[in-house]
Amino acid sequence: MAKLQAHAVKQITEIVNRYKDEETPLMMVLEAIQSEYGYIPLEVQELVSSLMNIPVAEIYGVVTFYSFFSLTPKGKYVIGVCLGTACYVKGSQLVMDKFSELLGIKPGETTADGLFTLDALRCIGACGIAPAISINGKVYPKMSVDKVAGIIEEYRAAK
Amino acid sequence: MAKIKSEKELAEKIEHCGSCLEAKFNGKDGKKHLVVCGGTGCISSHSDEILKRLEELIKEKGLEDKATVNRVGCFGFCSQGPFVKIFPEDRLYRAVKVEDVDRIIEEDIIGGKCIEDLLYVDPKTHEKVEKQEDINFYKKQIRISLNGCSMINPEEIEEALGFGAFKGLVRALHMSQQEVVDEILKSGLRGRGGAGFPTGRKWQFALNQVNDDKYVICNGDEGDPGAFMDRSILEGNPVGVIEGMMIAGYAIGAKNGYFYVRAEYPIAVARLRIAIAKLEEVGLLGDNILGTNFSFRCHIRLGAGAFVCGEETALLNSIEGKRGMPRPRPPFPAIKGLWQKPSIINNVETLASVSWIMREGADKFAAIGTEKSKGTKVFALGGKVNNVGLVEVPMGTTLRELIFDIGGGIPGGKKFKAIQTGGPSGGCLTEKDLDVEIDFDSLVARGSMMGSGGAIVMDEDNCMVDVAKFYMEFICDESCGKCTPCRVGTRRMLEILTKITEGKGEPKDIDELRELANITKTNSLCALGQTAANPIISTMTNFPEEYAAHVNEHKCPAHVCKSMMEYYIQPELCIGCGLCMRNCPVNAIAPGTIGAKMPNGNPFPGKFVHVIDPKKCIKCGSCMAGCKARHAIIKK
Repeated sequence: MAKLQAHAVKQITEIVNRYKDEETPLMMVLEAIQSEYGYIPLEVQELVSSLMNIPVAEIYGVVTFYSFFSLTPKGKYVIGVCLGTACYVKGSQLVMDKFSELLGIKPGETTADGLFTLDALRCIGACGIAPAISINGKVYPKMSVDKVAGIIEEYRAAK
Repeated sequence: MAKIKSEKELAEKIEHCGSCLEAKFNGKDGKKHLVVCGGTGCISSHSDEILKRLEELIKEKGLEDKATVNRVGCFGFCSQGPFVKIFPEDRLYRAVKVEDVDRIIEEDIIGGKCIEDLLYVDPKTHEKVEKQEDINFYKKQIRISLNGCSMINPEEIEEALGFGAFKGLVRALHMSQQEVVDEILKSGLRGRGGAGFPTGRKWQFALNQVNDDKYVICNGDEGDPGAFMDRSILEGNPVGVIEGMMIAGYAIGAKNGYFYVRAEYPIAVARLRIAIAKLEEVGLLGDNILGTNFSFRCHIRLGAGAFVCGEETALLNSIEGKRGMPRPRPPFPAIKGLWQKPSIINNVETLASVSWIMREGADKFAAIGTEKSKGTKVFALGGKVNNVGLVEVPMGTTLRELIFDIGGGIPGGKKFKAIQTGGPSGGCLTEKDLDVEIDFDSLVARGSMMGSGGAIVMDEDNCMVDVAKFYMEFICDESCGKCTPCRVGTRRMLEILTKITEGKGEPKDIDELRELANITKTNSLCALGQTAANPIISTMTNFPEEYAAHVNEHKCPAHVCKSMMEYYIQPELCIGCGLCMRNCPVNAIAPGTIGAKMPNGNPFPGKFVHVIDPKKCIKCGSCMAGCKARHAIIKK
């Protein structure tokens, strides 16, 4: 197993300390690590386990339960296609299929160049502008199949 | 802002802020007051840039003494956003673009003229409507939970105070704990999260417990796909929800409150944090609030993308840093909840109603609504309806009023087919149910439920088997796996539905589905599993002919299920432009042998009608989306 770099150990220790006054802060710690690094690999879980005195099995159980936590790194751009009901009845599955086809990956996967991750989202609450997608948190309203290629190109060009 | 240490100081502050706010709305300060929608929907349509540009221009042109700008919460009419509203005229500009800002300043603020082309156009009368209150969408609405949204700046507690916040808490502090519980009981308020349990009774259970540590938890884990009322309330008036939580805390004797909010709602979380920090700063949260013995603190915990955490006991496990799996009940959370202490879990909308009830009085609330369901309910109206958005209507409003008067009917002249309420736990209601007065009990009696308020309209182009499969996919994904009936039952039901939608269905599948639905319903541990089959049962009951067409004739009447439909170019309408051919990702389209005709009927020289090869077609729909000759490509 790869060893964590010293500055990562330091930063994760800081995160754990940040929440030490809270009761049962495991979720808060994992959320902070997830948003800092984009994923929570096993070595990090082991470190959190020793710092918080929680069995690593329990931490692994939590990490794999919630869809927000990831064991593997995500792409530079995370494309989330909303498959909530309002978006779905307005054709968001077709938008998803188009992204899938053009990027050559299935939902949940990352492209080989590490640029894009495609995710299926459960309702992002933007039903008024359905179908909606979100790329790194930026919401694109009223999507359609013919807009997909342009959006991918836009991000490819920006790298 | 200075510390507010007593009730007298608070009253003075409320009065001062109230008159400031009123002057903004009625123009007595001699200024125009512009508000820009800062809800998630409008922000994604660049309302932040509109706000910034307005601020810049007002500064640039030296208009500071003529106009002020403010960011406010959700207007609710999301499909028409972004909104800019001008007081005192109550003039509403919709679908505003950044480029329009210069005109708003020049023509309206300086020139005093209404910009006609930015007004809402009534789709039926084709007339332009200037004032918000005259728009049909708003006419039948009463804002209780959404009180303050689209009026006040959610990040400024002065505005919330000016709008009446904390009057309810002050009233509560003058009453005994039991009197507050009685007031809520008297109002008839029932939990807005879906189950409709009387809020006052829940509080009574917790009040009866003797324990130094009790907790109030606000359930903001709004997971029902298609629902966004809690998000909008938290984004639009966080102080109102915090006040409701404090009243609950006072009533049951809790010193700490926890907000559990979805991580998918970053704006709501940020505004909640700001409101809590500012209230702590002025001493309205903390120890000995307003010089009384009442102390209260608010904390925020985020969800991490698990639908089941909306179930109250799963939510408790999640705050405790565990997998979000439900616990068996009893013991109920009011007896043994968070960290085994007595806890009440109330939905965002419920707590927002609490602060209104304590301010305005239980009788006023109980005067609205039906016999057993009092007050109002917020619905997230979505799907195939003209006016998509958030609507708050009195209980007892009919579905017809909701869909056709407020919602403006179905777009494109299509036929109404069903409205799904209650999300994955609910069911669909059809034409025959349109005149039912909506309340907790009437919808259950019709085979659906109110749920948290998602209301998705479907038209003739939606396949109900596909809809049932969609919900089952969702539930199957979100089943936590703890109990077998839900874990395995939902998986088996999904497999059967998938088989049916792939055109491989057999008549016996219907009976098997029904049997599995019953087993899952009666044997699951929590509400997620117990209600998981509802979308199947209700679509089977209302649309037996669609299921029959799928399994007997292997046909999808709505042309949605891909294996049972194909795209077809109508030769008489094709103008031979070749766009579909270029858009086709798999080269399944080629020009045929028949000559194309122009729209006037004359032959189009050198152009041929295009034809789709069904063997190559992957049914992606790119051809239809891009077709220049409208409606030349159909599904059949």
